[in-house]
Amino acid sequence: MKKFLLKGIFNDTGRSLLPIIVVATGTMVTVLLYSWITGIMGESIEMSSNMNTGELKVMTRLYAEDSDQLPNDLAILNAEALVAELEEMEPSVEWVKRIRFGALADFPDSLGETRGQGPVAGWAIDMFTAGTNEPQRFNLESSVIQGSLPKSPGECLLSEDMAKKFGILPGDSFTLFGTTMEGGFSFRNFIVSGTVRFGAAGLDRGAVIIDISDAQSAFGMEGAAGEILGYLPDTWYNDDIAQPVKEAFNKKHSGETDGFAPVMLTLKDQAGMADMVEYTNYISGLMVFIFVAAMSIVLWNGGLLGGLRRYTEFGVRLALGEDKGHIYKTLLYEAFMIGTIGSILGTIIGVLIVLYLNVHGVDLSGMMKNSTLLLPSIFRPAITSTIYYIGFIPGIFSMILGNGIAGLGIYKRETARLFNELEV
Amino acid sequence: MSNNKILTSYSATILFLLLTGSLMAQDGESILKKIDGNLSSRNRIFESSMTIHGRRTSRTISSKSWSEGNKKSYTEYLSPASEAGTKMLKLEGQLWIYTPSADRTIQISGHLLRLSVMGSDLSYEDMMDDRKLTDVYDSKIIEKDTLQGRNVLILELTAKVSDAAYFRQKIWVDNERYVPLRQEMYAKSGQMLKKMEMKDITKIQGRWFPMTMIYKDQLKEGKGTEFRITSIKFDQQIPEHIFTKASLR
Repeated sequence: MKKFLLKGIFNDTGRSLLPIIVVATGTMVTVLLYSWITGIMGESIEMSSNMNTGELKVMTRLYAEDSDQLPNDLAILNAEALVAELEEMEPSVEWVKRIRFGALADFPDSLGETRGQGPVAGWAIDMFTAGTNEPQRFNLESSVIQGSLPKSPGECLLSEDMAKKFGILPGDSFTLFGTTMEGGFSFRNFIVSGTVRFGAAGLDRGAVIIDISDAQSAFGMEGAAGEILGYLPDTWYNDDIAQPVKEAFNKKHSGETDGFAPVMLTLKDQAGMADMVEYTNYISGLMVFIFVAAMSIVLWNGGLLGGLRRYTEFGVRLALGEDKGHIYKTLLYEAFMIGTIGSILGTIIGVLIVLYLNVHGVDLSGMMKNSTLLLPSIFRPAITSTIYYIGFIPGIFSMILGNGIAGLGIYKRETARLFNELEV
Repeated sequence: MSNNKILTSYSATILFLLLTGSLMAQDGESILKKIDGNLSSRNRIFESSMTIHGRRTSRTISSKSWSEGNKKSYTEYLSPASEAGTKMLKLEGQLWIYTPSADRTIQISGHLLRLSVMGSDLSYEDMMDDRKLTDVYDSKIIEKDTLQGRNVLILELTAKVSDAAYFRQKIWVDNERYVPLRQEMYAKSGQMLKKMEMKDITKIQGRWFPMTMIYKDQLKEGKGTEFRITSIKFDQQIPEHIFTKASLR
C-alpha cells in the first residue's frame, strides 16, 4: 500500500505539490528561526560567561550585592588561598582570578599633558602564566586588529575604536587613572601592545585588557581579586553540574556572618542570565508550537481543498466497498509521507541557509551602536544536532493534524446518497 | 472693645507681620553675607587631615593647601606614603592632578569633576566651588531651632546661577557666630545629595571658622568623611608661582 500511495503522491502532483511546498517552507523557517535564536542566545551566553559571569563565580557577599558597580574595595583579599580551596573542592573546574574595573584612560601629548581622555571598562586577566586559558576565553588572538598580545607586564590591549578616536597606535602609552582598593588615587602608565575589536558594541567603545598582576599593583590589590570565576569541563554551561558545586561551597561558608565571607553564584543566578538560559532551553518548544499551530491551519485548509478535489475519488472508493476507516487511514499515511518529504526538503534548504549564514554571519553592528549589552555585533545561527530534526516535528505533525481534521468529512459521507452524489 | 479698636488692632498686626516678613527676607541675605565674612577670605593656607570611613577600613590622608579667592588653589598630599607627592592645582575652573607614580599631569574636567576625591564623600566639584554663598544663592529664613547647644536659624538657599553644584541647600546657622553648623544639599529634583556637619567652631584672626567638617554623600555607602583642619592662616603672602602648573612637578 505504501508503494501505491507513494506512486499517487509523485504522479498526482496536484494532490501533493502544494502541501509539500507548505510543509517544506514551514520546516525551513522552523530550522532557520531555531538556529538563529539559539545562535544569538548561545553566543550571548557564552560571551557573557567568558567575559563576565563565568559558569560559577565567587565574590564576597558585599561585592555580590553591588557587583554591577565593580566595588573593588569589597574584593576577596586572600584570593590565592581561596583558589586553592576551590581547586581542592572541585579539581575538575578551572578557577581563575579576575579584576573588573572602571577607570579613565588619559592620553598624553608630546609634553605629557592631557591630550584626550575617555572612560574605559577594564578586565584584568591572567595573561602570562604558562597554560592559561584566559586569552583564548576572550578570543584575544583573533580579536587583535593592530599590534600583538601583551608579552610583558605594563603592556595592555585597548579597544580599536578608542585607539582610533584618540589616534593611538601599538607602542604608544597612556595613563590609566582609577581608584585603589582603599579609595586612593591610582595612576599607572601602560604601553598599548595591540588594539582589539570583540564585535560587541558595548565593549568596543572603550575596553582595556591588562594582566591581573598589573591590576593588583595599580589598584593596591596585591593578593586580592574582585572575582574568582569557575569554568566547567563541558563546553556548554550545565546547570545540573554547576548547581551542586555552588550549594556545597555556600553550605561550607554558611556559618560565616561576615559580609566579606565568600559566596558562590552560578551563571544562571547572575543578572538576566537565568532568563536567557531558560529562554534558550524553551525556544525549540516555542518554535515547534508556533509552526504546528500555524501550519496545521494552512494544511487543514489544504486538506479541505484536497478533500473537495478528491470528493469523487472518495465516493467511488466508498461505492466500491472500501471501508471509511481504511480511506481515512490511507489519507493519514499519505499525509505522513507528504509531511516527511516536505520536512526533508525544508530541512535541507534550511540547513544550507544556516550553513551559509554561519560562515558569513550577519553584521548588526549598525543597529547596536548605542548598546550597552554584552552582545556580539555579528550574529551567526547555531549549528546543533537539533536543527537536523526539529523541522520534522511541525512538518509531519501539522500535515497529519491538518489532514486528520479535513479527512473527518469522509465519515459524513452516506453510502445511500453516493449514487446521487456521483450522478450515476 | 469697640469696632475701631478692633480695626486698629488688626491693622497693627498686619503691619507688624508685613514688616517682620520683610525683615526676615532681608535677614536671609544679610546672614549669608555674615557667613561669607567668616568663611571667605582673600587667601588662606591650611593643613588638614581627611579621614575616609570606608566599608572595610578607614584611612587618613593629610595635605597642605594654598588658596586665593575662589579661583586658585593648590594642594599637596603629605601622607600616607601611597598618596604623598600627589598634587592638585585649580585655576579658573580647571583642575590638574600630578602623580609622581606615573610622573604625569592629568586634567580633570566635565562630568569627571563630580567623581569622588580619593574615595571620600567630597567630589572635585565640592573642593573647587569656593564661591561666596551670596554670589550663588538667594536665601530666606524658614525656621529657628537649636543645634549643638546653640541657637540656630535655618535658611533655605536656592541657586541663582546656573552652574551651582547644588540647586538647593538648607543650612543651620549659628545665630550669634554666623557659621553654618549643618548643611544639606539637594538636587533640583528634591533628592538630598550631601549632608555636612560643622564642629569645633574656633575664632581665628577675628573670624569664626569650623575646624571639623563631616561630609556624608547620601548616594554612597559608608560612614562619611571627616575633614579636620589642623592649622589655618588667612590673608597671607602667597608666592604667585604656587599657582602655576610648574609647581606640580
